[in-house]
Amino acid sequence: MILLGPQRLEPTLQSAVDDLDVRGSVATITAGWEEREAEDEELDKHLGGGTRNLALFPRAEQVFQRDASLLGAARQRHDRQRDAAEIYRTRLASALDAARELLRRIEVGEGPLELLEREAEHAIESVRDLDRRHREWMTHLDRAFEEEARIAEHAEVQRHRGEIEQLLGDCGCVCVAGGHVRILFERMRLFGVGKLIRELPIVAWSAGAMALSSTIVLFHDSPPQGAGNAEVFGPGIGLIPGVVPLPHAKRRLALDDRLRVALFARRFGPDLCPALDEGTRLDWDGESWTARAGTLRLEATGTLVEATA
Amino acid sequence: MSGVAQEWTERAQREPHAIEVLLAEREFPIVEGSRVTFVYRGPADSVHLRHWIYGLGSSLPYERVEGTDLWTLTMDLPAGSRVEYKIEVVHGGDRRLVQDPFNPHLARDPYGANSVVQGEGYVEPAWAQPDPEARTGEVLERRFRSEVFGDVRSLSIYLPARFRRTRRYPLLFVHDGTDYLRFTGLQAVLDNLIHRLELPPLIAVLVQSNDRLTEYSDDPRNADYLVEELLPLMEDEYPTYGTPAGRCLMGASFGAVASLAAAWRHPGVFGNLFLQSGSFAFTDIGEHDRGPLFDPVVEFVNQFRDAPGKPAERVYMSCGTYESLIYYNRSMQPLLSSTGMDVRYSESRDGHNWENWRDRLREGLTWVFPGPLWMVYE
Repeated sequence: MILLGPQRLEPTLQSAVDDLDVRGSVATITAGWEEREAEDEELDKHLGGGTRNLALFPRAEQVFQRDASLLGAARQRHDRQRDAAEIYRTRLASALDAARELLRRIEVGEGPLELLEREAEHAIESVRDLDRRHREWMTHLDRAFEEEARIAEHAEVQRHRGEIEQLLGDCGCVCVAGGHVRILFERMRLFGVGKLIRELPIVAWSAGAMALSSTIVLFHDSPPQGAGNAEVFGPGIGLIPGVVPLPHAKRRLALDDRLRVALFARRFGPDLCPALDEGTRLDWDGESWTARAGTLRLEATGTLVEATA
Repeated sequence: MSGVAQEWTERAQREPHAIEVLLAEREFPIVEGSRVTFVYRGPADSVHLRHWIYGLGSSLPYERVEGTDLWTLTMDLPAGSRVEYKIEVVHGGDRRLVQDPFNPHLARDPYGANSVVQGEGYVEPAWAQPDPEARTGEVLERRFRSEVFGDVRSLSIYLPARFRRTRRYPLLFVHDGTDYLRFTGLQAVLDNLIHRLELPPLIAVLVQSNDRLTEYSDDPRNADYLVEELLPLMEDEYPTYGTPAGRCLMGASFGAVASLAAAWRHPGVFGNLFLQSGSFAFTDIGEHDRGPLFDPVVEFVNQFRDAPGKPAERVYMSCGTYESLIYYNRSMQPLLSSTGMDVRYSESRDGHNWENWRDRLREGLTWVFPGPLWMVYE
């Protein structure tokens, strides 16, 4: 498993695939590009041609077009998830405010240090508890949808799943591109792609890396509207152990803000929180992660350090 | 005498080339905390700062540094301010308006360019500058025969990068669209905000009027032109959402009046309004004092205040606190909110000018059309 930084400006995908010594074709998953999914000529060319796009986006569109009740159930799941996210955000905002305020007081020495540190730990634990509960509820909603829609027995879904399995048959590697993380995750989950690719070498970047992680964390410190609180979206495919991938971290996160960095790292620790900007790379050997020099991770001290250190 | 003038007078008396040294070592105007000192050098009988800050006299006199041809003026400049100005030099019966020769910062508008002073903490937005990483959209020019106006009109149509006929887009109508392109860098702003995922890819129709003071002051023809001619044209030819929520009317000054008036005359057509420094003059009693050009505007705003209805669902409005229109805009905000519309109102320490409007584009556009920022990681 290899995680890379964004590929548009400084592509490093080909060299990562070369390092995997791939035998067979390269499968690609570009469902995060939505209706542009098929526009993968550049990606195919970069990988030397002959790639096999699993075409998860149009497959799902086709399934929904042919089965109105499945589409209705999927929309109902979205509505429920949107409601749950809105309530989670409301609670999260005040929990994060409390944690930030206590970390700020520790930083400037405003109050009894021992007490502040104990309370800050509790405040962060409250945030973690909210994250955990929200993730559980989103998992429940995904499962409820799948049971209600009888995905496991759905003929059209299973037909596509069979085709995907066949496509993957002689592939030696899977590349998962970025894009819209929810759509990518849902398409992969609908067709059970996680199980089909878990034994194959995988290279993923941006939303691709996020969708494959155990928990999908959405983040932006300075959006034009809203509070800029990182939030748990829900479960991911779960093929990447112990990592919260942070693509475009330099652009999306205030990495020079010690308090924000510290809070992020403590909130999602002990998972590794790597800043996956251009040129970065993390390799999983089945037991541990190795980072290319210059690949940094967020630290509980509020700083960024080499991810392997 | 101001502190700077005093200091310079004393140094000029002590050192033979003090003025040259001082001019070489400083950037002008000199911004120190919440004070600014303007400097002019040259032969003059008097020198004045001409500005458009409502509440201050529009002509503020400089003081001569004794025994020199140097003139200074020190005044308040609250943090975050942005002020456009010119220098008026009176000499030998001649009166000239010039840009500040010591200040390289200029702001352009349809009438030329003004010098600009930026208060402490003001930062020119990076998202307003062309970003080499951002994919660029394109602006198509076309001519269009309007039956409503009985003439041929020019239109500019912005299509986002990676435009696809297979997907649907929000539709933004921009009054004074060509001016927005020229003086706010609207194309680069749209490219950047779309690239940053703060704004969804959208189509913008940039309209320009040859007689804006008439057509934009609640002229029913403008509303009909937008709703009965341009909207069908755009929605027939381009893949748009075709719903009120996917449409926005936008404009500044009289363009904001035109936007509100069109939405008011055709409620339920446009779901969003983006109103910058609206010329929303009204009267509570008696006559207004803004001249005859404002007669139809005042008539419209008075009617609107009596029966606002609910012209749209979401509104972003902004105004500079140094504008004479600030009172009207502050008054409109609670009225608009009372109609049940979701209103976001923002003020800035700036005047009635294009760079003020440029600086609010990110907040306003992302309020009416929020982008997929939280979900897309490419």
